[in-house]
Amino acid sequence: MTDTAQLDPIAALKDKEPSKPPRSQWKDVWDQFRKHKGALFGGGFLVFITLFVIFGPYVWQLDPQKLDIRNKDVRPIYTWLWDSDAKVSWTRPFGTDNLGRDMLANMIKGGRTSLAVGWAAMVLALFVGTLIGVLSGYFKRLDGILMRFTDLVLSLPLLPLLLVAVTLFRQPLRAAFGPEQGMFVLIVGIIAITSWMQTARIVRGEILALKEREFILAARSIGTIPYKIITRHLLPNIMSPIMVSATLGLATAIITESALSFLGVGFPSDFPTWGKMLADSVPRMTEYPERVMLPGIAISLTVLSVNYLGDGLRDALDPRIRGR
Amino acid sequence: MLTFTIRRLILSIPTLLFISLVIFLLMELAPGDPMAQVPLTVPPEVKEKMREALGLGQPGYIRYLKWLYQFFVIEPMVFWDYLWGTAHTEGVQRVISWQTRSPVMDIVIQRMPQTLWVVGMAYIVGILIALPIGVYSAYRQYSVFDQAGTFVSMIGFSIPPFFTGPLLIVLFSVQLGWFPSIYDTTHVVTDWASFKVQFLQMIMPVMVLALQTTAQISRYMRASMLENLNQDYVRTARAKGLSEAVVVMVHVLRNSMIPVVTVIALGMPAIFGGAIITENVFKVNGIGQLLLTALFANDIPMVLTLTFIFAILIVVFNLIADILYGVLDPRIRYD
Repeated sequence: MTDTAQLDPIAALKDKEPSKPPRSQWKDVWDQFRKHKGALFGGGFLVFITLFVIFGPYVWQLDPQKLDIRNKDVRPIYTWLWDSDAKVSWTRPFGTDNLGRDMLANMIKGGRTSLAVGWAAMVLALFVGTLIGVLSGYFKRLDGILMRFTDLVLSLPLLPLLLVAVTLFRQPLRAAFGPEQGMFVLIVGIIAITSWMQTARIVRGEILALKEREFILAARSIGTIPYKIITRHLLPNIMSPIMVSATLGLATAIITESALSFLGVGFPSDFPTWGKMLADSVPRMTEYPERVMLPGIAISLTVLSVNYLGDGLRDALDPRIRGR
Repeated sequence: MLTFTIRRLILSIPTLLFISLVIFLLMELAPGDPMAQVPLTVPPEVKEKMREALGLGQPGYIRYLKWLYQFFVIEPMVFWDYLWGTAHTEGVQRVISWQTRSPVMDIVIQRMPQTLWVVGMAYIVGILIALPIGVYSAYRQYSVFDQAGTFVSMIGFSIPPFFTGPLLIVLFSVQLGWFPSIYDTTHVVTDWASFKVQFLQMIMPVMVLALQTTAQISRYMRASMLENLNQDYVRTARAKGLSEAVVVMVHVLRNSMIPVVTVIALGMPAIFGGAIITENVFKVNGIGQLLLTALFANDIPMVLTLTFIFAILIVVFNLIADILYGVLDPRIRYD
């Protein structure tokens, strides 16, 4: 009882000053994400292509629908590099099609539609998937019936059904919303209701595991209502799997829309999308391969960058991998 | 295992019934009149008679039940008759296509071999390429080969078949002139030269379909191998002096194949769906192309039957995957 009296009890109880400022979780995520070169490139390209289709029409003000029959079949400007006789023009950097419509303006317009369909269908599918996943994970009574339903939808033949639905319901929706909006609503809706199942399964699994943890028990014991538990405690904790399945959903939605346009059941013919442009130029692709290549490369690069983004996000958002 | 199989088989009946109902209701709710192409000069009572001749006179549920009966009872009986030369189905009403006025199943049987050849061959080729890639990139994780494999399979995921198809046509049939761009289904293999023609025309469609299969399966193979390579039994196998080839190719590979085999079974129906696009690109007249033309012609019985055949494929392969998983992995017990 002699030495301990020397100790200063107040100082011992005081917190030490933290040696460095605390790091937020999102800074860690960003640091890990930055290490994944492919994901960084993918994210960059996605931002670039989105800005390109949003602000493109303000910079490149040509009307994509304007027919200019004198300037039809202009080759892209780079053709001049190996073929100095080719019909090229600086005012038509990507060339024109067989009716003289400007390819660059069409690429911008088509990309707008393709990306808008992709984003809208992804958000809708994510919403439905998360809702069903949360409901069946949190409420035991709903679990059986909702998961049975998910299994049933999973065993539907999706591409044939998509084709059937789009062909059969085209007319009334066009009449109700106008030719372009009607088709947009139809395609977005149909892609969304056929692609929410994976998200629902993942979310349900995560919720089932999280629900048994102590912090949820604590929240319940102070009388938090289920709605608040879900929105305040569960959803923020399952953001990472939701974000990863969002990127997958975006990629699938873009490909599905292009496939539908390619098969000729998508948007009306004067309304360009990348898939439609590709399909329209296939018959003359031997003379004008660039008209297949440009939209094809645009679709592929967008989907590739989204896939890489998803890969990087998965690594960055998983705390078990993040430390390495 | 047997009880599980029987239980799953019985469970798949309501699933199939539900799917058929969904497809039928989709067609039923959709507007679109099969009489729309009939000239306006045809009087309404004649139109009504034509409607009844197409079987449209009755209410929906009777048509649904009739279609179910025709699909599940009459068509198998017709097949039975065809096999054994009996005549149980003489004069019985079958599912009739509105386009050709001939039984739907006859046309499907005519188109099936083309699809099966191209799709089946593509799947086998894809698997044969994917498995070694997956094994090697897992064994040399993060090597140049592994990185390249990851990149290539990422590309395989991302480039849609309706772009790779035209790309290959431009490259190989237009620029180089190696392969024909159109798949000739009337071609008959009789000797070596005609076999070569058949082989050449199959290369491109098979490659397009196989690219996607390869991308997917090689990823699964790699992940599954990686999981097993760090297990204790691998260390034991090495410690008792087995050669590296035996350790990897026998011990690890056999255990890693379990999830991969189920993925292969599950992917089979998806490749039939993907064949719709590939058949369209290469002008193969298989069942995918049949579905498309039937859709555009508003041929409801044909579309209904074909979509349902796709659904049966999915359900059957899901069942096969589940059973295979139980058979291959003794740790899994369903009972």
